[in-house]
Amino acid sequence: MTELLVGTKKGLFVLEGDAGSEKPFEVAARAFPGNVVEYAIRDPRSGRYFASVTSGHFGPRVMQTMDPTGDWEPTTGIAYPESDDWTIERIWSIKPGEADGLLYAGVAPAGLFSSTDGGMTWELNRALYDQPTRKDWQPGAGGLCLHSIATWPGDPSRLALGISAVGVWLSEDGGAAWRHGNAGLVPRYMPEDQWEGTIDLCVHNMHRAPLRPERLFMQFHGGVYRSDDAGETWISIAEGLPADFSFPLTIDPADPDSAFVIPMVSDGDRVTVDGRVRVYGTRDAGETWTELSDGLPQEDAWLTILRQAFDREGEGSDLGLYFGATSGDVFGSGDGGRSWFSVHERLAPVNSVRVA
Amino acid sequence: MATVKLRSPLRDLAGGNREVTVEGASVGEILRDLERRHPRITGWVLDEHGRVRQHVNVFVDGERVREDAPVASSATVHVLPSISGGNR
Repeated sequence: MTELLVGTKKGLFVLEGDAGSEKPFEVAARAFPGNVVEYAIRDPRSGRYFASVTSGHFGPRVMQTMDPTGDWEPTTGIAYPESDDWTIERIWSIKPGEADGLLYAGVAPAGLFSSTDGGMTWELNRALYDQPTRKDWQPGAGGLCLHSIATWPGDPSRLALGISAVGVWLSEDGGAAWRHGNAGLVPRYMPEDQWEGTIDLCVHNMHRAPLRPERLFMQFHGGVYRSDDAGETWISIAEGLPADFSFPLTIDPADPDSAFVIPMVSDGDRVTVDGRVRVYGTRDAGETWTELSDGLPQEDAWLTILRQAFDREGEGSDLGLYFGATSGDVFGSGDGGRSWFSVHERLAPVNSVRVA
Repeated sequence: MATVKLRSPLRDLAGGNREVTVEGASVGEILRDLERRHPRITGWVLDEHGRVRQHVNVFVDGERVREDAPVASSATVHVLPSISGGNR
């Protein structure tokens, strides 16, 4: 049985089903009706579920429960200092850390919060907040958001963050200090004479390969990149893709040479290329890409898949892949992308998909 | 002591109480006192800067006001989601 947490513009949908049956999943629960659910995960260490919920009236917060079909309770502490003029607008990401009870949350406007009590209370990361450039940080179209938090397996001191549009940030001391990791990223959306040294870098998604943690993959705002030195430098691996613009990205944790993307036309037309829904996967670190579209719509299917709406289950020969679109459609594959089936149709616009 | 009247979901966060008696001379002060008495409501009505959230309406004795408005000790205060804030 697979449990999917699908965050949508109209609440959280908990879907249950079996990828092997290739049948649509059942809706086991719908939580937070009337509210936007930006993101939801289950922390595999504690079994606790977390959902980032934005109320149009009462603002954003992280909610938690041990039973997603039951009641949820608010967590506390995700707020900017009263003395500042920044207000939390949206909580983009929640990520288990590499120490007992440690979790991270990435928010907009861009900031990092951490919890050391299993996600019940949160505290602002002051080192990132106190960056002297912070007041000059520029938002992407989705806001000034910290969306990607790449932990280092077994080592809580090493972190990499992706911010739209303030590039990659690296820490080797658990977030006490931060520095940029942007070398090689090319912001084609800026005048060429402004490329050198800019921090206006629109990272769309970033994942670390857990078996080779110095390797990271990135979907950029025009470009797909790989780093083999823990995010210090980046090389383009977009050759062979039908387009290099997109948001979603995931990996096979058993294969450090693997990455999966879902190309969209461009920043001016954020839909699947040629009206065909195609996942592209690499198993050689981006040297070549393979189209993975068997079972996905291939005619007049102009879907938009948002950055947190693509996830994987298991690894290696048991790798499952799942993604959802703003059309409300969710697709899945139980065989690493070789074939796909419809997980569910006509949900609300999908913000995020995570396997529980 | 002013009386704050609450609806769901704020009522649920205030232990199921439809009415809460609070102290304070302004809307901001009584809402802070509401947070002290019911900490789960912190951040829902006032943002981190002490401002009433944009899409929350506060009425004091029938008049819509913001956080700096005075509140008499006998006042009845309604805290309601505004019609503008629903997610489309």
